[in-house]
Amino acid sequence: MAGLRSRGSIHGNRTVAGWLFVAPVIVIIGLFVLVPVVMAAWVSMSDWSGIGPPFAEGVNFVGADNYADLLGGTGLATRDLGTALRNNLYYVLLVVPIQTAVALGLAILVNRRVMRARGFFRTAFYFPSVTSSVAIVVLWLFLFNATGPVNKVLSWVAIDGPNWFKDPRGIFHIVLGAFGVTGQDNPLSGARFLGITGWDWVSGPSVAMTAFILMAVFTTSGTFMLLFIAGLQQINAEVEEAAMTDGANGWQRFRYVTLPMLKPMVFTVVTLGLIGTWQVFDQIYTGTQGGPAKTTLTPAYLSFNAAFNNHDWPRGAAMAFILFAIIVVLTVLQRLWIGRTEVGR
Amino acid sequence: MRTRREGVLAWAPFVVLILLAIIYIAPFLVQIVNSFRPDADVAREPLSLGIGSWTAAAYERLFTRSDFPLWTMNSFIVTLCVTVGRVFFVSLAGYSLARIPFRGRGTVYALLIAVMAVPGVVLLIPKFLVINQVGIYDSYAGMIIPLLADAAGVFIMKNFFESIPVAIEEQARIDGAGVFRTFWSIVLPMSQPAVMTIVILSFQGSWNELSHFIVSAQSTDLTTLTKGVAQLASGQLSQGSQFPIKLAAALLMTIPVAVVFFIFQKRIMNVSAGAVKE
Repeated sequence: MAGLRSRGSIHGNRTVAGWLFVAPVIVIIGLFVLVPVVMAAWVSMSDWSGIGPPFAEGVNFVGADNYADLLGGTGLATRDLGTALRNNLYYVLLVVPIQTAVALGLAILVNRRVMRARGFFRTAFYFPSVTSSVAIVVLWLFLFNATGPVNKVLSWVAIDGPNWFKDPRGIFHIVLGAFGVTGQDNPLSGARFLGITGWDWVSGPSVAMTAFILMAVFTTSGTFMLLFIAGLQQINAEVEEAAMTDGANGWQRFRYVTLPMLKPMVFTVVTLGLIGTWQVFDQIYTGTQGGPAKTTLTPAYLSFNAAFNNHDWPRGAAMAFILFAIIVVLTVLQRLWIGRTEVGR
Repeated sequence: MRTRREGVLAWAPFVVLILLAIIYIAPFLVQIVNSFRPDADVAREPLSLGIGSWTAAAYERLFTRSDFPLWTMNSFIVTLCVTVGRVFFVSLAGYSLARIPFRGRGTVYALLIAVMAVPGVVLLIPKFLVINQVGIYDSYAGMIIPLLADAAGVFIMKNFFESIPVAIEEQARIDGAGVFRTFWSIVLPMSQPAVMTIVILSFQGSWNELSHFIVSAQSTDLTTLTKGVAQLASGQLSQGSQFPIKLAAALLMTIPVAVVFFIFQKRIMNVSAGAVKE
């Protein structure tokens, strides 16, 4: 560095130093994020067999064939992808609103000015977020086993709990079944989308997936609670007091003062939630490997499984890109929506 | 009557909080207790304390008749290397972006933003392809090097460096210190809170990492805790439910992240409290 200082213009030195400082990060990110994305894009449009380098001679370009097979076919691969997308969709639809609401509720409760032992509660709610997903899945498999603690607690209130992680029944199907609606002679059973019948699309998450949904809320609400607490602390105490002197009760203050001011934070939490909940992998790899009856299969796990266990690399890569597209589209849609509501105000 | 109702209302949130705290803490207590009980008892009575029948058999088996010590060692090796390396590289890059007006800075900045948007799970297959091509598959290098850079960490450091008054660095430069000297012996020591944040994030991140280790190594010698315990959970190593041993393994692997979290959290709070007082 001393040598650099004595040579050339000050400007040139700075450029060299600047690039030297960012070089390690740029090289690592380039090599392990950018190059992989390009490589996988190629593999997803090739017939590479997994043997030899993917850019070698003899590996052919097949265009969008892998994608067309997955999205437009009628075979097992399409059905599996459809099933995985359905499972993950219900997971997202339930986890994102519940974890946002729970995190907001926890933040408001913990942030009360007259609170005692605030630090204790914050730590208690945040702790599950610190532990690894593997450790939590192990704990969950125990808590929700057929004769486990959760069913034990349910039995105290005379509920006969299901064998959670072995139960493939969709919870909407269970509810519909209670009213006598079944898949037999159901008009929905005729129509198919991505190889899945309409009746199967409305199954809801399976009982096994529901246990994972509860787990996601348990492990992520603490992180988002911290974000909401930071947001709440930005809100001026005077605004709250003004509302109070105007005679607003607790609920009105929350609904018309706190919530509108927290809106940007709610959007952040929902965006982060949407991105995170489409990437369910660790839980499935550790806990169920997609079972029972493929009802906990997710696109991320399916893509991994296609490549690493079935050695169908092009299909695995194509599924990864389909998942990527879903996440990008949702993020962009959400940004646009925020943009519109900001302008509308 | 009215005052009594208000009294109840004032206490209600606190009662709700305590109930919620019980729900959040109870699973871990149930885990600790059951890891010290015999297999058969746990299967029969998961919520009984069964004082008479406590046993450390699960822990004994983990430490003497399983690869658990090896997994632990691997997790420590990888986590420590990643944490030290990441703190260094990420703060270097953050300093460059915050303080050195070099040509191409805008491009680097945009690139890092774009990288943060790529979901990690999408990279599993391609990352394996590159690691394999580069020739570091199934080695510590393959497990460690890809984790050394983290775009979010660069931004945390950059933001912190920007909050330090430039005057201090200018004084050092007048005294003849080079860019690296200024960064290393003046700016970095002043950045303890931000460095601590990176330490916590990367320790936690790499200790809890699973998918990257699945795609970067396969030999049993390189199994980390996350991979080993995941295999244990899916029943590849045991017959029957074997809940106590699984719960014990999950509990033990949580201890280091928990310890790091509690120690450093306190320290961060002290540092910022000290800064406010001055």
